[in-house]
Amino acid sequence: MGTFHQGRSELHGITVVVETVGGDLYVGRCDDEDDRTVILLDADMHRHSDEVSREDYLERAARFGVWNRLPRVELARPDVTSIRRLGEFEASGAG
Amino acid sequence: MYSPLLVQPMRDELVSIGFQELRTAEDVEAFMADKSGSALLMVNSVCGCAAGQARPGVRAALEADVKPDRLATVFAGQDVEAAAKARSYFADIPPSSPSIALFNQGELVYFLPRHRIENRSADEVAADLTQAFARDLAAPVS
Repeated sequence: MGTFHQGRSELHGITVVVETVGGDLYVGRCDDEDDRTVILLDADMHRHSDEVSREDYLERAARFGVWNRLPRVELARPDVTSIRRLGEFEASGAG
Repeated sequence: MYSPLLVQPMRDELVSIGFQELRTAEDVEAFMADKSGSALLMVNSVCGCAAGQARPGVRAALEADVKPDRLATVFAGQDVEAAAKARSYFADIPPSSPSIALFNQGELVYFLPRHRIENRSADEVAADLTQAFARDLAAPVS
Protein backbone atom coordinates (compact mmCIF):
# COMPACT_ATOMS: atom_id res chain seq x y z
CA MET A 1 0.00 0.00 0.00
CA GLY A 2 1.42 3.36 -0.95
CA THR A 3 0.43 6.87 -1.88
CA PHE A 4 -0.31 8.12 -5.36
CA HIS A 5 0.23 11.39 -7.19
CA GLN A 6 -1.88 11.73 -10.27
CA GLY A 7 -1.37 14.34 -12.95
CA ARG A 8 2.34 14.78 -12.39
CA SER A 9 5.17 14.06 -14.75
CA GLU A 10 6.75 10.63 -15.09
CA LEU A 11 9.69 11.81 -12.99
CA HIS A 12 7.54 13.00 -10.09
CA GLY A 13 9.07 11.78 -6.85
CA ILE A 14 12.25 10.55 -8.52
CA THR A 15 15.67 11.88 -7.53
CA VAL A 16 17.23 13.41 -10.62
CA VAL A 17 20.40 15.14 -11.79
CA VAL A 18 19.68 18.28 -13.76
CA GLU A 19 22.46 19.79 -15.84
CA THR A 20 22.17 23.43 -16.84
CA VAL A 21 23.56 25.54 -19.66
CA GLY A 22 26.30 27.04 -17.49
CA GLY A 23 27.50 23.65 -16.29
CA ASP A 24 25.94 23.87 -12.84
CA LEU A 25 24.26 20.70 -11.58
CA TYR A 26 21.21 20.31 -9.42
CA VAL A 27 20.31 17.07 -7.67
CA GLY A 28 16.91 16.78 -6.06
CA ARG A 29 13.54 15.10 -6.04
CA CYS A 30 11.60 16.03 -9.14
CA ASP A 31 8.24 17.51 -8.24
CA ASP A 32 7.19 18.21 -11.80
CA GLU A 33 8.60 19.06 -15.20
CA ASP A 34 7.17 20.19 -18.49
CA ASP A 35 8.29 22.20 -21.50
CA ARG A 36 8.55 25.40 -19.43
CA THR A 37 9.98 24.48 -16.04
CA VAL A 38 11.63 21.80 -13.97
CA ILE A 39 10.75 21.90 -10.27
CA LEU A 40 12.95 20.13 -7.74
CA LEU A 41 12.38 19.65 -4.02
CA ASP A 42 14.95 18.91 -1.29
CA ALA A 43 17.77 19.68 -3.69
CA ASP A 44 21.45 20.44 -3.67
CA MET A 45 23.59 22.23 -6.22
CA HIS A 46 27.10 21.85 -7.58
CA ARG A 47 28.53 24.91 -9.26
CA HIS A 48 30.87 24.59 -12.19
CA SER A 49 33.41 26.56 -10.16
CA ASP A 50 33.17 24.50 -6.94
CA GLU A 51 36.36 23.12 -5.44
CA VAL A 52 34.95 19.60 -5.36
CA SER A 53 34.98 18.23 -8.87
CA ARG A 54 31.77 17.43 -10.65
CA GLU A 55 32.80 13.77 -10.85
CA ASP A 56 33.51 13.51 -7.14
CA TYR A 57 30.27 15.32 -6.30
CA LEU A 58 28.26 12.98 -8.48
CA GLU A 59 30.02 9.90 -7.17
CA ARG A 60 29.16 10.88 -3.61
CA ALA A 61 25.60 11.80 -4.59
CA ALA A 62 25.13 8.48 -6.39
CA ARG A 63 26.35 6.63 -3.35
CA PHE A 64 24.50 8.39 -0.55
CA GLY A 65 22.21 11.08 -1.96
CA VAL A 66 22.39 14.82 -1.29
CA TRP A 67 21.67 17.16 1.57
CA ASN A 68 18.55 19.28 1.37
CA ARG A 69 20.14 22.70 0.96
CA LEU A 70 17.56 24.04 -1.47
CA PRO A 71 14.02 23.15 -0.39
CA ARG A 72 12.56 24.19 -3.76
CA VAL A 73 14.25 24.97 -7.06
CA GLU A 74 12.43 26.10 -10.19
CA LEU A 75 14.51 26.01 -13.34
CA ALA A 76 13.51 27.45 -16.70
CA ARG A 77 13.43 24.61 -19.19
CA PRO A 78 15.59 26.45 -21.78
CA ASP A 79 18.37 26.55 -19.17
CA VAL A 80 18.24 22.78 -18.70
CA THR A 81 20.42 20.64 -20.93
CA SER A 82 19.66 17.24 -19.43
CA ILE A 83 17.67 15.44 -16.75
CA ARG A 84 18.79 12.00 -15.63
CA ARG A 85 17.80 9.80 -12.75
CA LEU A 86 20.42 9.80 -10.01
CA GLY A 87 19.98 6.05 -9.77
CA GLU A 88 21.45 5.73 -13.27
CA PHE A 89 24.78 7.05 -12.03
CA GLU A 90 27.22 4.45 -10.89
CA ALA A 91 27.97 4.42 -7.17
CA SER A 92 31.36 2.87 -6.51
CA GLY A 93 30.10 0.63 -3.76
CA ALA A 94 26.80 1.49 -2.18
CA GLY A 95 27.96 0.72 1.31
CA MET B 1 0.92 14.06 8.39
CA TYR B 2 -0.95 11.09 7.01
CA SER B 3 -3.77 9.49 8.95
CA PRO B 4 -2.66 6.71 11.31
CA LEU B 5 -5.31 4.54 9.67
CA LEU B 6 -3.62 4.94 6.31
CA VAL B 7 -0.17 4.30 7.69
CA GLN B 8 -0.96 1.28 9.87
CA PRO B 9 -0.87 -1.29 7.03
CA MET B 10 2.53 0.08 6.01
CA ARG B 11 3.76 -0.50 9.55
CA ASP B 12 2.13 -3.93 9.76
CA GLU B 13 3.81 -5.06 6.55
CA LEU B 14 7.20 -4.94 8.26
CA VAL B 15 6.09 -6.06 11.70
CA SER B 16 4.53 -9.15 10.11
CA ILE B 17 7.95 -10.26 8.84
CA GLY B 18 9.73 -9.80 12.14
CA PHE B 19 10.60 -6.12 12.37
CA GLN B 20 10.51 -4.40 15.73
CA GLU B 21 8.83 -1.03 15.46
CA LEU B 22 10.76 1.77 17.15
CA ARG B 23 8.28 4.53 17.95
CA THR B 24 10.38 6.75 20.21
CA ALA B 25 13.96 7.97 20.46
CA GLU B 26 14.33 5.81 23.55
CA ASP B 27 13.25 2.75 21.56
CA VAL B 28 15.95 3.50 19.00
CA GLU B 29 18.62 4.03 21.65
CA ALA B 30 17.74 0.73 23.27
CA PHE B 31 17.85 -1.12 19.96
CA MET B 32 21.15 0.41 18.91
CA ALA B 33 22.75 -0.09 22.32
CA ASP B 34 22.95 -3.81 21.58
CA LYS B 35 26.00 -4.02 19.35
CA SER B 36 26.18 -7.79 19.27
CA GLY B 37 25.65 -9.48 15.93
CA SER B 38 24.04 -7.68 13.03
CA ALA B 39 21.04 -5.44 12.65
CA LEU B 40 19.01 -3.97 9.84
CA LEU B 41 17.27 -0.66 10.41
CA MET B 42 14.74 0.41 7.81
CA VAL B 43 13.41 3.95 7.55
CA ASN B 44 9.88 3.29 6.34
CA SER B 45 7.78 5.87 4.52
CA VAL B 46 4.40 6.45 2.92
CA CYS B 47 5.79 6.93 -0.57
CA GLY B 48 5.06 4.66 -3.47
CA CYS B 49 8.57 3.29 -3.72
CA ALA B 50 8.38 2.09 -0.12
CA ALA B 51 5.25 0.14 -1.02
CA GLY B 52 6.33 -1.09 -4.42
CA GLN B 53 10.03 -1.68 -4.02
CA ALA B 54 11.46 -1.23 -0.53
CA ARG B 55 9.17 -3.31 1.67
CA PRO B 56 8.72 -6.16 -0.85
CA GLY B 57 12.47 -6.04 -1.56
CA VAL B 58 13.32 -6.38 2.11
CA ARG B 59 10.82 -9.18 2.53
CA ALA B 60 12.44 -11.11 -0.33
CA ALA B 61 15.98 -10.42 0.87
CA LEU B 62 15.20 -11.82 4.29
CA GLU B 63 14.60 -15.22 2.71
CA ALA B 64 18.37 -15.48 2.07
CA ASP B 65 20.56 -17.82 4.08
CA VAL B 66 22.66 -14.96 5.44
CA LYS B 67 20.57 -12.21 6.97
CA PRO B 68 20.69 -9.77 9.88
CA ASP B 69 20.16 -11.03 13.40
CA ARG B 70 17.82 -8.21 14.38
CA LEU B 71 15.34 -6.12 12.40
CA ALA B 72 13.90 -2.75 13.32
CA THR B 73 12.06 0.07 11.64
CA VAL B 74 11.24 3.72 12.20
CA PHE B 75 8.60 5.61 10.25
CA ALA B 76 9.74 8.88 8.68
CA GLY B 77 7.24 11.71 8.92
CA GLN B 78 5.20 9.81 11.51
CA ASP B 79 7.46 8.96 14.43
CA VAL B 80 9.59 12.04 13.99
CA GLU B 81 11.80 11.78 17.06
CA ALA B 82 12.47 8.10 16.46
CA ALA B 83 13.41 8.74 12.83
CA ALA B 84 15.72 11.59 13.82
CA LYS B 85 17.40 9.43 16.45
CA ALA B 86 17.80 6.58 13.97
CA ARG B 87 19.41 8.93 11.46
CA SER B 88 21.86 10.09 14.11
CA TYR B 89 23.52 6.67 13.78
CA PHE B 90 24.39 7.49 10.17
CA ALA B 91 24.57 11.24 10.53
CA ASP B 92 27.02 11.86 7.70
CA ILE B 93 24.59 10.41 5.16
CA PRO B 94 21.87 12.71 3.83
CA PRO B 95 18.44 11.69 5.14
CA SER B 96 16.12 9.93 2.74
CA SER B 97 13.15 7.64 3.05
CA PRO B 98 12.67 4.87 2.46
CA SER B 99 16.23 3.87 3.22
CA ILE B 100 17.92 0.88 4.76
CA ALA B 101 20.94 0.74 7.04
CA LEU B 102 22.84 -2.43 7.84
CA PHE B 103 24.98 -2.68 10.97
CA ASN B 104 27.45 -5.35 12.00
CA GLN B 105 28.59 -5.28 15.62
CA GLY B 106 27.25 -1.76 15.89
CA GLU B 107 29.13 -0.47 12.87
CA LEU B 108 27.35 0.79 9.76
CA VAL B 109 28.48 -1.48 6.94
CA TYR B 110 25.96 -0.77 4.19
CA PHE B 111 23.39 1.87 3.33
CA LEU B 112 20.73 1.84 0.65
CA PRO B 113 19.35 5.35 0.07
CA ARG B 114 16.00 6.17 -1.47
CA HIS B 115 17.34 7.01 -4.90
CA ARG B 116 18.72 3.48 -5.24
CA ILE B 117 15.28 2.11 -4.43
CA GLU B 118 12.92 4.37 -6.34
CA ASN B 119 14.25 3.52 -9.81
CA ARG B 120 14.33 -0.19 -9.38
CA SER B 121 12.21 -3.27 -8.95
CA ALA B 122 11.65 -5.06 -5.65
CA ASP B 123 13.74 -7.93 -7.01
CA GLU B 124 16.65 -5.58 -7.70
CA VAL B 125 16.41 -4.09 -4.21
CA ALA B 126 16.34 -7.60 -2.80
CA ALA B 127 19.40 -8.54 -4.83
CA ASP B 128 21.33 -5.53 -3.52
CA LEU B 129 20.42 -6.40 0.05
CA THR B 130 21.18 -10.09 -0.36
CA GLN B 131 24.62 -9.23 -1.73
CA ALA B 132 25.23 -6.85 1.15
CA PHE B 133 24.20 -9.49 3.69
CA ALA B 134 26.57 -12.03 2.16
CA ARG B 135 29.44 -9.58 1.82
CA ASP B 136 29.14 -7.54 4.99
CA LEU B 137 27.71 -9.94 7.53
CA ALA B 138 29.64 -13.10 6.76
CA ALA B 139 33.01 -11.74 7.88
CA PRO B 140 33.79 -10.16 11.23
CA VAL B 141 34.18 -6.38 11.27
CA SER B 142 37.87 -5.48 10.99
